[in-house]
Parts: sequence; C-alpha cells; structure tokens
Amino acid sequence: MEHSLTAEDQAHLEILQTQIKSSPKGRGQLIPLLQMAQKALGYLPDDALSLVADHLSVTRSEVYGVASFYNQFRFNPPGKNPVKVCMGTACHVRGGEIILENFERKLEIREGETTEDREFSIERVACVGCCALAPVALMGEILHGHMAPSKVEGLVLQVRLEKEKAQREAAK
Amino acid sequence: MMTGDAVNRVLAAYQAIADEARARREQFEKSPLPKIHIGMATCGIASGALETQAAFEAALADRGIEALIHTVGCVGHCYAEPVVIIDHPDSGFPPIFYPEVTPGKAKMLVKLFLEEGDPRFEHVMGATVENEMIPSVMEFARFNREKRVIMERCGRIDPDQIHEYIAEGGYGALTTALCRKPETVIDEIEAAGLRGRGGAGFPTARKWRAARAASGSDKMIVCNADEGDPGAYMDRTLLESNPHQVIEGMIIAALAVGAARGLFYVRAEYPLAVRILTTAVEQARELGFLGTDILGSGLDFDIDLFQGSGAFVCGEETALIRSVEGYRGMPRHRPPYPVEQGIDGRPTVINNVKTLATIPPIVEKGADWFRAIGTAGSPGTAVFSVVGNVTHPGLVEIPMGVTLRDLIFDICGGIPDKKRFKAVQIGGPSGGCLSADFLDTPVDFDALTRAGAMMGSGGMVVMDEDVCMVDVSRYFLDFTQKESCGKCTFCRIGTRHLLDILRRLTRGEGREGDLEQLETLSRAVKQGSLCGLGKTAPNPVLTSLAYFRDEYEAHFKEGRCPSCACRALTAFFIDLDKCARGCDACVGCCPVEAVFTTSNRKKGIDQQLCVKCGECVVACPPDYDAVEKVSPAALVPIIERPPEKNKAES
Ligand SMILES: Cc1cc2nc3c(=O)[nH]c(=O)nc-3n(C[C@H](O)[C@H](O)[C@H](O)COP(=O)(O)O)c2cc1C
Ligand code: SF4
Ligand code: SF4
Ligand code: FES
Ligand code: FES
Repeated sequence: MEHSLTAEDQAHLEILQTQIKSSPKGRGQLIPLLQMAQKALGYLPDDALSLVADHLSVTRSEVYGVASFYNQFRFNPPGKNPVKVCMGTACHVRGGEIILENFERKLEIREGETTEDREFSIERVACVGCCALAPVALMGEILHGHMAPSKVEGLVLQVRLEKEKAQREAAK
Repeated sequence: MMTGDAVNRVLAAYQAIADEARARREQFEKSPLPKIHIGMATCGIASGALETQAAFEAALADRGIEALIHTVGCVGHCYAEPVVIIDHPDSGFPPIFYPEVTPGKAKMLVKLFLEEGDPRFEHVMGATVENEMIPSVMEFARFNREKRVIMERCGRIDPDQIHEYIAEGGYGALTTALCRKPETVIDEIEAAGLRGRGGAGFPTARKWRAARAASGSDKMIVCNADEGDPGAYMDRTLLESNPHQVIEGMIIAALAVGAARGLFYVRAEYPLAVRILTTAVEQARELGFLGTDILGSGLDFDIDLFQGSGAFVCGEETALIRSVEGYRGMPRHRPPYPVEQGIDGRPTVINNVKTLATIPPIVEKGADWFRAIGTAGSPGTAVFSVVGNVTHPGLVEIPMGVTLRDLIFDICGGIPDKKRFKAVQIGGPSGGCLSADFLDTPVDFDALTRAGAMMGSGGMVVMDEDVCMVDVSRYFLDFTQKESCGKCTFCRIGTRHLLDILRRLTRGEGREGDLEQLETLSRAVKQGSLCGLGKTAPNPVLTSLAYFRDEYEAHFKEGRCPSCACRALTAFFIDLDKCARGCDACVGCCPVEAVFTTSNRKKGIDQQLCVKCGECVVACPPDYDAVEKVSPAALVPIIERPPEKNKAES
C-alpha cells in the first residue's frame, strides 16, 4: 500500500532531519536512528529511510533490509488510535485470538492494516507484561485487561462517539 | 587491588552517601503521617493504579487530611492489583495490605480508615507484619513460601528514588567489591555456584573469568533485558521495581572482568522500564557510582541503553551483538564466544537481568549464605511469572527445588473455576509442556531439563482442561516460525512444515503419517539449526506429543478436539432443556448476532453465523448454564431459525 505524506508528516520529517544531522555517525547508530524516525513520524516512510541512509552513508536498501528484520518498525502509518492486541502465551490461552478477530471484524481491517480514515490500526504484539490480566489489548497507550468481545465493541464505539462529538463542537 | 588510602576513601565516600540516604528514609518512616504505598509497575497501571492514586489525592484534599503517597514497584501479587498498603500509625493498626483498591475503595478508605480509624476488615488481605490485631499476610502460602533474593525490595521502594535503595544497604556490595581484588570477587561468585538466569544456566563465574582473561582493553558488559518469551515479564518488572540492584550487579561485574562500558539491551516495547532505567542510571552517576573514578577508587565505568527492536532471536547473544552493531540480528557460529569477541570485536560479557541482580546479595552476604538456598546443583532462587489458568497469577520467587505442585497449587492457589489441571508450559517457545505426571518435579535447571522442559528465563503458563495441547503447539510454532531469522534452512523451512501440519490437525484435516512426520521433522530441525531458537523450537511439539499423544490422535483420527478449543472442530449450541425462556443475556452479547429466538421463545444459535467466540457461555447466567460446546462440530443439534427471522435476514 502506498501512502502519501500528509502535511503533518512533512513537518515531522523536517524536524527529524535536523535531529539526525546532529546525531553521531557510525553503523551502530542505525537502529537508534530508525527508532528516532519512527518516534517522530509513527512509521518509516521512504523519505525517512533515505535520511538515515544518507547520514550513515549506506544504501537505502541496506537500511530497509535491517528495518524490515525487526518487528518494531512499520512502513505504513498507524491509525490515530492504534490497537495492539496481545498474542502472548497467557493471552492466547485466555482467548487473545478472539479479541483480535473482534477488532478486525468491528473495524473491517486485518491485523497490520490501518482504516481508510486513519482512525484505527490493528497490530499483534507479544506479551505486554500484564499476563495476570489476560487477555490484554492496548488502545493508544492505554492498556485494557480482561478483554472480551463486548469490551471491543465498547472501546471502538467510545472513540467514534468522541470523534463525532468533537466534530459537532468544531462545527458550532 | 587498591591501596589502603584508596580503600579508606571509597569507604568514606559510601558512608557519607549512605548516611544521608538513611536520614532521608528515616524521616519518611518516622513521620507520624499516614503512608499510602501504591504499586505502580505496568500491571498496576493497567489495572488502574493511576486512577486509584488520583482518587486518594482527591479524597485527602477534600477531607483536609495529610498523608504521604509513596509509589512503589511490583510486589509480585499481580492478581490483586491495584495493590495498596496503608500504614496509619495513629490508628494503632499495623501496616495493612489491601488488594484491588479501586478509586471508590480509595475514597472509602480515606474516610473510614484514615479519618475514622476503621480499617474495614472486609477489604483487608492482611497485615504486612506480625501483630496481635490482624492476621498477617505471611499466613498465606503465596507469601510465606517465597524466598526473596532478587525481588527482595520490589514493591517496597520507589524505583525513582535511589536513596531508598541505598538506605536499605544498596550499593554496599559495590563498595565491598571495590575494596577487593577482582579475582576474589569472581571466586566468591564461583563458590556461590551462581548459574545464569537467562535460560541455559551457564556458570556466571566461568564466563567472567574467561572475559577477564581475554585480551583487549575495551571490554563490555551487556545486560540482556530482551525478554523475548511471549508470556513472561519477570525481567521487565524487576527493572521497573528495583533497577538499582541490577545496575549495582553490572558495576560489580564490570570491575570483576575489567570492563569500562556497560549496555542495557532493553526491549523497546517496555517504555516504562526504559524510562525508569534511564532515571536510575542518571541518579547513580550523580552520586558517583558510575562515571569516572567511581567513589574515588580510580575505576571508570559507565552505562548506555540500547532499545531492542522486538526480534525474539536477538535474545540470543550473538544475534544481540549483531543488532547492537546495526545489522540484522542473525546469530553466528561460536567460537569465538562473545567473551572473546563481542560487540565490535570487544570481549563482551552478556548476562541476564536476574543474574546481575543476584550479584549484590552474594557479595554482601557471601557464597555460603547463597549456597544454603536452593539445591546443590542449582543454588539460589528462581523467579517465575506464573500465569494462565491459575488463581493467583503474578511473580513468584522461590528457592530452587520447590516442586511444581507446591508452586502451582499451594503458592499460586491452583486452578480456578473448579477446572482440572492439564499442563504447565515452562521456558516459553523453547521449553516444553509437562503433564500432571510431572508435578512432583523440583524446579531446578537439571530436573526440568531431564523432564524435557527447561528453566528458560522464568515463564510459566498453567493450563487447565479447556486448553488444547495441539493448539498450544501450533501457537508456539506460529511464533518461532515467524521469528526464525532465516539463516538455517532447517529452522526456516522446517518450522514452516511443522506449523503446516499442526494447522491441519487443528482443522481436522490431518493426513496419514502426520504424527510421525512431526517427530522426524522435529528431530531434524533440532539437529540442523545453528542457534538455540531452532534447536529448541520443536520442544513444545515433542513434549506434547510425548505426554498428550491421545489429543493429537483424537484430532487426527476423529476430527475431534477433546478440549473443544480448536474452533474448526467445535460447535456451540444452546441446550433447550436448560435455557430459561425469555432471558436474553446471550442475545446481546453475541458479536455477530448469531443467537435467535426459537418459536417457543427459547434461544438457538445460527451455526452459519457463529464465530465460536464463547461470549454466550460467559453471558448465560450460571443458574441456567445452557450453552454447550461439542466436538466434532457435526454432532451439534441443528435448530433452525424460525421462518420470519430468516426473511429478515435476507
Ligand atoms: C532464541 C533465544 C532467545 C533468548 N532470549 C533471551 C532473553 O530474552 N533474555 C536472556 O537473558 N537470555 C536469552 N537467551 C539466552 C542468551 O543467549 C544468553 O545465554 C543469556 O543472556 C546469558 O545470560 P546468563 O548467563 O546470565 O543466563 C536467549 C537465547 C536464545 C537462543
Ligand atoms: S536456528 Fe533459526 S534463528 Fe537460529 S540462526 Fe538458524 S535460522 Fe536463525
Ligand atoms: S459463541 Fe460467540 S458467536 Fe457463537 S453464538 Fe455464542 S456469542 Fe455468538
Ligand atoms: S501474554 Fe499477554 S500480557 Fe503477557
Ligand atoms: S505489576 Fe503490580 S503486582 Fe505485579
């Protein structure tokens, strides 16, 4: 999937450029720089890969090769509300897969994708470290324990309602 | 070895720091104000500890009560989160442990306990110290069977306040070590018989000695906090709850082997651990435990942080090294071992978080003390994250040698909901599933390996009768297959084939010879793989085939999942004899509107629509308990939708 850069992305990219310029060079910086880029933009568009490649004087395909090896890096923009469903062992045993499916069905996208309006994206993650609350899902930064299909519906609905409310207020 | 002068300088420098830390701590402890300790590690926060804290603050302000709020790390009792300990000296009661303190409970406790002096016994778990008034939590096995060495201070101190660690004797072991010869420190660790807690149980002293002997001046110490096992969180919690004990262990390791640089390799998915660790390193540097001329000893050592990017294989030491160097994290042949040639060619010691955290207590209390805990072959304690179908999940630290039965049933409360125990998975994707026959196996490196599992890094998942072992094997292979770095053909392709077969079995599409092929292929993958990932990936399959073969056979021969867990082989239906006419609990809960009302106002499930999520089982009131599962799916009694409903559908 091709994603064009938004104006916001462009602005972030410029900030990133100055940040990268003032960073040390050396191959060992590759992963820290990629993390810096992803932190700034939420994902790694081609332009960000190029910035890192130029700074370290390696080819872009080399940078992509390293980035694509690691689960942390993503190449399409996340939604404003990124959903991460825990697929660790404890969550699996307690039905994590069903939670993932419910998000997929509710948002009409598959794991790894972003909704058309860029509002939601779904990812699977391995153990987020609260197995005692399994099954677990994150919406944005917030962790939700003891998930159930009905809670999935509630969470999605809540975000959508809040957005509508914000739009209505903006229209006033 | 330092001169006498230098020794005195170091001791004096530490003494000054320790005195100040103790004075600060004492001021807090002696304060007549009530103290509210709130567990604020990840699982506490996930359970709403921040809201609880806010509720305490608001209620205190509302009522004009003064109290000290003290945020601490994880006490290990994650099942009881948010955990709060209230110490209210004026009330005459000892400090009290309250589980599951919601914001509502927080408000209530401020009013009734802090203001009116009534501790509300119905909400109390116990007192944290022995006393005459309230039974102590030490009466529970979950507390008194533990032996804390690594986690001793977890949940008691604020990880963001270095003085709290120092006031409890923290960095004293470092001071002792600074005044000794490096060889003496290594000798002590050797005499203690410490084995690495990262999985393999390699003797730590031997690793250090090799690194000490290695030529090269720019040696490194790496703390492996990659914690790749998807279902374990000991290392992260330790870093979130008491980072200084790990840092202190690393500095001692550094002076023992002669390293000038240290690196924490922490998973980027652990933002809180990264944040707390960063603060901790800064504070240690400010006080002179890190940096140049540590405590005036003339030794230099400093620590950086590297965030691992989420590849399971990077927990393997040579892969970890590659990723720090800026490449794809692919393992390489050993030798050369990292202690000879590690990061950028420097001799590098790689130790697990728990291994390093065990160093200060050994240096402080001596090898004999450590040897007296645990078993002869595996001295010391083990930290497990015990999760899954168990009543009291959380972190448990026990002496090595405790049996699985004691750990799961006595300490962690056994299996909830009157279900039967089926298996325990130890060691994550590299480990094995053990059946009830193995419950008397003691927990130590060698006994677990003999049973076909392994100690691993401390992940333990308890499974009840509703968990299907074929599905669990499929789950782990799905994981290892995705995480294989792709270097070895057997690991890359072999795990793929294993996964394909397991997927087929869970769908009831098993073929003649599948089980035999699982076995031969598993052996081949173990032999033909370079690193531990490939060598151990088939373990879950091999152990479950050995101990639960009947389950595999049921899938394969009858298309039946005995646990009714494999969804392709299972159907849900509503027992019309049990269904209460007119109760609609199951209708609203179904995410796909598969539940319909039959002509006599009872409920039926449309098998075409049902996605087998099990929500209706939970929703159906226990008095009726009308939703049933059956496998194979073909056995389900078909109840047709009444015609008018069908029309509405189309
Ligand atoms: C696939 C794989 C994953 C590993 N993951 C970890 C890990 O997450 N944490 C860890 O400490 N060791 C892990 N190890 C073990 C390390 O390679 C290494 O043995 C360990 O960090 C050494 O520390 P110790 O001697 O203190 O146990 C892993 C090994 C393999 C083969
Ligand atoms: S065994 Fe697997 S993970 Fe390990 S080096 Fe070979 S391909 Fe990579
Ligand atoms: S199992 Fe899930 S999908 Fe099927 S009827 Fe029950 S609630 Fe609906
Ligand atoms: S397995 Fe999901 S939080 Fe650990
Ligand atoms: S994280 Fe809070 S008790 Fe475990």
